[in-house]
Amino acid sequence: MNWSVPRIPLDDWCDAALDWLTTALSDVTRAVSHTVSDWIAALTALLQLVPPPVVILAFGLLAWRVSGWRLAIGTMLGFALLWNLRLWDPMITTLVMVVLSTAASIAIGLPLGIAAALSARTWRIVAPTMDMAQTMPSFVYLIPAIPFFGLGPVSACFATVIFAMPPTIRLTALGILQVPSEMTEAADSFGTTRMQKLFKVQLPLALPTIMAGINQTIMLSLSMVVIAAMIGAGGLGREVWSAIQRLEAGRGFQAGVAIAVLAIILDRITQQVSRRVQPR
Amino acid sequence: MTPLAPVNFEIGPGSTPATAAPVDTRPALIEVQDVSKMFGDRGAEALAMLAAGEDRAAVLARTGTAVGLNHVSFDVAEGEILVVMGLSGSGKSTMLRCLNRLIEPSSGTIRVRGADVTAMAPGVLREFRRKTFGMVFQHFALFPHRTILGNVEFGLEVQGMAKPARRDSAMRAIELVGLKGWDARYPSELSGGMKQRAGLARALAADAAVLLMDEAFSALDPLIRRDMQQELVELQRRLRKTIVFVSHDLDEAIALGGRIVLMKDGAIAQAGTAEAILANPATPYVARFVEHIDVASVLKVGTLTAVPPCVLRPGDDPAAAADRMEAMGCDSALAINAAGRLLGRADLSALRRVPAGQGVDRAVQPCARVPASASVKQALPVVAEEAEPVAVVDDADRLRGTIDRVGIINALARQSRRPAQEATAP
Ligand SMILES: Nc1ncnc2c1ncn2[C@@H]1O[C@H](COP(=O)(O)OP(=O)(O)OP(=O)(O)O)[C@@H](O)[C@H]1O
Ligand SMILES: [Mg+2]
Repeated sequence: MNWSVPRIPLDDWCDAALDWLTTALSDVTRAVSHTVSDWIAALTALLQLVPPPVVILAFGLLAWRVSGWRLAIGTMLGFALLWNLRLWDPMITTLVMVVLSTAASIAIGLPLGIAAALSARTWRIVAPTMDMAQTMPSFVYLIPAIPFFGLGPVSACFATVIFAMPPTIRLTALGILQVPSEMTEAADSFGTTRMQKLFKVQLPLALPTIMAGINQTIMLSLSMVVIAAMIGAGGLGREVWSAIQRLEAGRGFQAGVAIAVLAIILDRITQQVSRRVQPR
Repeated sequence: MTPLAPVNFEIGPGSTPATAAPVDTRPALIEVQDVSKMFGDRGAEALAMLAAGEDRAAVLARTGTAVGLNHVSFDVAEGEILVVMGLSGSGKSTMLRCLNRLIEPSSGTIRVRGADVTAMAPGVLREFRRKTFGMVFQHFALFPHRTILGNVEFGLEVQGMAKPARRDSAMRAIELVGLKGWDARYPSELSGGMKQRAGLARALAADAAVLLMDEAFSALDPLIRRDMQQELVELQRRLRKTIVFVSHDLDEAIALGGRIVLMKDGAIAQAGTAEAILANPATPYVARFVEHIDVASVLKVGTLTAVPPCVLRPGDDPAAAADRMEAMGCDSALAINAAGRLLGRADLSALRRVPAGQGVDRAVQPCARVPASASVKQALPVVAEEAEPVAVVDDADRLRGTIDRVGIINALARQSRRPAQEATAP
């Protein structure tokens, strides 16, 4: 076939931009890479040092606090299963990456979501960016992560944050925009400053929606952390990945179950938290 | 015995209603001058069209701009309850929200105690809202994540008042509206009436001079609603707040007893007391609006008084007075003292029996009386019981005239006939 219109060299442009970025930002990325990988290593090592029963009990207690004894028992049984399957250490590695990625997603996503809700211009920039970030196949993020941060958990976390952050941004903005105009009007009528209105009325009323966004972010983080095993993230993902490479169906299934169990536990606990912040 | 000198009291229909006089003498707290509000991008064009005499529908069709307010001017006096009325979409809420600039007026000025609200910078406006306005909303607009106390203290918290002080003020406001003991509950735990009490407490807590109330009682059922209206009137009397109250219900406006601004299509159709509007509807629209009103509860006794043919004064000679009464066909006469206060009623036969050399007061018996500010409805039971015309007195018990059944029936017949006729007139 003979195209008369020349092809747009989108791939070349991306490569060029990426090359430039990697060299220009190499000092920054290296510093970030070191710090984050140290953190991950330290946290993982620390948690792996704690005897599993203690961790299991701690999670059981947390589940009991936010919900009740049913969730507590389910949580403890789930973790006990992971321990029994000898998947404890990979599980801790995965958990640490999920927690760190989620923390980073919230730290960046929450302010971005607030800004998007309060300024229509910010929203016009953030919304399409988010749409793209979420519809792009998640693997694609892994590739640029490597030149930035090298193979390993830092790249995994970087890709995870980009992939998992949009729900936090989107639902934060949505939650604030959905606060009934009557409420903001009432706040205004008492002469609130913009910040007072935000912190005393809009954010508390948006909290359930924001929590739903954070819940989604956690779930997406978990799925991405598993995929990121391809670039050396370790954890439960690596179990799956090596099972695929060696065609070990049983081992793969076992790791898959472990991931599902972890996902369900995290989901239920965060869902209960978001139910508890519901205004009466 | 002298015939009643008209200089002593204002008499008869058409005299100034008792409620109107004090209102007009109070200084204006809020002055609304020529305020318009256009919802849309082509506001200037819409304003020009209105100025050229086009109506709302034409403006909307041509410019896509909704006319919220069309050159509205009125004053609110210090300490009065002003009721803004009108059909749905007539611009009541828009008007109310322009007062504290929750809605930005497109043109015109609004002054509060002389300060131009429309020209205020955001910071000044914020401070002004805190100190001057308390607002109550139709659907309460309580913050669901805060307790009643948390809601009521909101305004003070926003002002940066220290916690113990604002708790104190908030608790006082909660007590004032009769919600003592409910402060730790959440809005969802309260009934509609209680929620609106909380809303009222929240508006009162900051001790703002003006209460803005948008259909504050419309979401309540009729009985609770009437209670709240009464309580609001009492609260207003005690706290001397200025209240601008939006309502689409004329009965409510009458219950609140203040002046009325009646709106139509974003403009003022008529302003004045309920009685004045009822007596002289300015347009067929107004007439239609007041058509179904219970005239008896609006008409004040003071506007229906007749001049009594015979009045006894101190110093009158009993025998001479009796002769004159006989000549004029009076069986009895009201007696007043030198200050014009009503002493009672004296029968002709009793006057005849007064020994020579003694005053008319020997013959005077206590008698029924109704205050001039009472509505006809309130006076009816008294008037129905008395054979003679009943004395009408002012706040200081001075005789203003008399009222009888025939006068009341005539007035009611006149009032209920007029609006219907005018409404059908071209
Ligand atoms: N935000 C807005 N955007 C466009 N038009 C508006 C807006 N707010 C009000 N209007 C228009 O202004 C007019 C007056 O509205 P407003 O809410 O003041 O009426 P209202 O008298 O309070 O009616 P109701 O009794 O139904 O509350 C209406 O025709 C309405 O369509
Ligand atoms: Mg309204």
